[in-house]
Amino acid sequence: MKKVISLIITAAIMAVSLFTFAGCGAKDGDNGQGDFIVGAIYINSQNDTSGYTYAHHKGLVKAMQDLGLDTTRHLKIVDNVEEDDMAVSNAIDLLAGQGCDIIFGISFGYINAMKEKSEEFSDIVFSHATGYMSNDTNFNNYFGRIYQARYLSGIAAGFKSLALGNNNIGYVSAWGTEYAETCSGINAFALGARSVNPDAVIHVKKISAWGDQEKERQAAEVLIDTYDCCVIGQHCDSAQPQLVAQEKGMFGCGYNSDMTSQAPNAHLTAPIWNWDVYYRYAIETAMNNPASQFVSTVGNYYGGLVEGMVDLTPLSANCEPGTDEAIRLAREAMVTGTWDVFSGSKLVFTVRGGNVEMSIVGDALLDNAGNEIVPAGGPSVDDGVIQGSMNYYLEGVIAE
Amino acid sequence: MIDPIELMTLFLFSIIVYSIPLLYGTVGEIMVEKSGSLNLGVEGTMAVGAVIGYIVGCRADSIVAAMAVAFAMAALVGALFAFLTVTLQANQNVTGLTITTFGVAVYFFIGNALGNKWPQFQDSPGFAEGFSVIRIPFLSDIPVIGKVLFSHNIMVYMAVAIAILCWFYLNRTVPGLRLRAIGENPAAADSLGVKVALNKYIHIMVGSGIMGLGGLYMGLNMGGTFEGSNCWINGYGWIAIALVIFVNWSPAMAVAGTFVFGFFNTLRMYNGALASTFPEVLGWLDDIPAQFFSALPFIITLLVLIIDSLRKNKRSGQPKAIGLNYYREDR
Repeated sequence: MKKVISLIITAAIMAVSLFTFAGCGAKDGDNGQGDFIVGAIYINSQNDTSGYTYAHHKGLVKAMQDLGLDTTRHLKIVDNVEEDDMAVSNAIDLLAGQGCDIIFGISFGYINAMKEKSEEFSDIVFSHATGYMSNDTNFNNYFGRIYQARYLSGIAAGFKSLALGNNNIGYVSAWGTEYAETCSGINAFALGARSVNPDAVIHVKKISAWGDQEKERQAAEVLIDTYDCCVIGQHCDSAQPQLVAQEKGMFGCGYNSDMTSQAPNAHLTAPIWNWDVYYRYAIETAMNNPASQFVSTVGNYYGGLVEGMVDLTPLSANCEPGTDEAIRLAREAMVTGTWDVFSGSKLVFTVRGGNVEMSIVGDALLDNAGNEIVPAGGPSVDDGVIQGSMNYYLEGVIAE
Repeated sequence: MIDPIELMTLFLFSIIVYSIPLLYGTVGEIMVEKSGSLNLGVEGTMAVGAVIGYIVGCRADSIVAAMAVAFAMAALVGALFAFLTVTLQANQNVTGLTITTFGVAVYFFIGNALGNKWPQFQDSPGFAEGFSVIRIPFLSDIPVIGKVLFSHNIMVYMAVAIAILCWFYLNRTVPGLRLRAIGENPAAADSLGVKVALNKYIHIMVGSGIMGLGGLYMGLNMGGTFEGSNCWINGYGWIAIALVIFVNWSPAMAVAGTFVFGFFNTLRMYNGALASTFPEVLGWLDDIPAQFFSALPFIITLLVLIIDSLRKNKRSGQPKAIGLNYYREDR
């Protein structure tokens, strides 16, 4: 009899405590500004000092500071999460359990788990970088028009190749036509270079990995040694291509951070991300609206030069005269919306008596097999193509 | 387009540059394994030697200091391994894996802790000078061969010298033969008065030190930059362990064996150039996915293992007592 009584008492205590905690949970989930919690899932370590995760973490911290959120209390991070559905789901459960109101996932492979969990936790906002899935309420994706910044860096490379009298420009890429992200970057860089030097040829060496310092170095060596490239652009994490350019007395455009400090005699400028632009917007929206209205407010985000989501590092002293003026003009054309990269018209830069002149010329956008992508004077290709389905190299690009 | 002879020269040169860390790792691991210990911690040992050797080298502005410290620190990691497996009789496989995790973590710990204070290679002119190409009169001027074989830095020549020395030591000297006896049958060696534990300690430490030099070479070859989540060693330690089997535990064979591995590694980068320069003979190289090149060395190792186990009268160089701890009182 005693056993039965104690069992009932125990059960009663458990039931009461369960309800109490559930009650607490509901209170915590309240979208008051005071206890707004941001969650983030990173592919690498939050302590990185360069690279992709570093750029996101820096942006997130800056955005939260701008919004007056204390990152020690209001930011919960799960890092070193592999692109594995189970690992991502666990990370999301952990963050949801810590009362997060919005969860950012920064790597492409998180896509399926984030989609599923967004249905399970309808009161949490899920925001996925580089992805293509979304719903109408609490799950969106975000990325930026990095191709615009790459076009500008291509201009710097074009000026350099013109000055050196060498039309061979190299490009170390993580991947080639397999991903629209790398493919559109290469094409934009090529268009930028050829806007200054119409005879420039972009030799692309892909390393078939998102990050591999040694392969990045070797690829840059091959481009300079065997293809005689004088400028090396890159879409890969490390500064190795810039270091190689410096060792061999050549030049280069980095990526993700200002690599002038690593290669002071070689680096021209680098396209960079300002992730804080989106993070500030997203967090502010989530703080002031219920999760179900997040997507109807923010939508799927694709910011460019206008929003400041992408940009260029300050031009180094290695750049040729005229570069800054040409870049300023091209930037203005994109920011004002008069022109965009993948359209049926091209920017043409000419230098006359030290002055840079820009003209917009109707000219068909051709791939490197001569097929017409956009007729002369035609409109820009769809954002969907740039983000998702661009799988051809443009005129002047050679895969090596 | 580039001159075919020049292209072949560059290709062969690149193979050597990128094979050398493997040679250090493999020869070091052979020294360890010949004493009967299987050390799976090559990756971590190389990482520790690399990062500490590099930083001291920058501070002292000297490649000799860098090499000495890389060797010493890696040997210290080896001493840790020896203490755990020889003295405390811990499982060698588990200890080796622990050393890898530990060593790579030390690398990131130091790199992240230094942050912006991470020393730049170009700020240490003496150090950089020490790692630059040494031209050998006459030899370096021979066409093709001069560039491929005789236009390297000191650490490349040293790697080959160490490999040959180790081969000589293991096959032609009394202490070397004693060491091999320990690896084959420690009890028998012990009964002949060979100091098993002492010998194991010494050779595990020396082998680990050699690995550390390989790590330093990798770091210097990368220009000494610390990149957040990407370690210099990048899996080379694991390839070195596979190579030990591939070259049948012979340091002399290791010289050739590492170049076979390096060949495929470099082919992956040069395939486009080779295909367009020799379209009739090598045009097919363009169609092979990069992933296949990365997998090839391991496929070859698998084949070697299979062939090796099928052979009847085998003269395997694998020490009989490898992986087994020797406990004197068990005799």
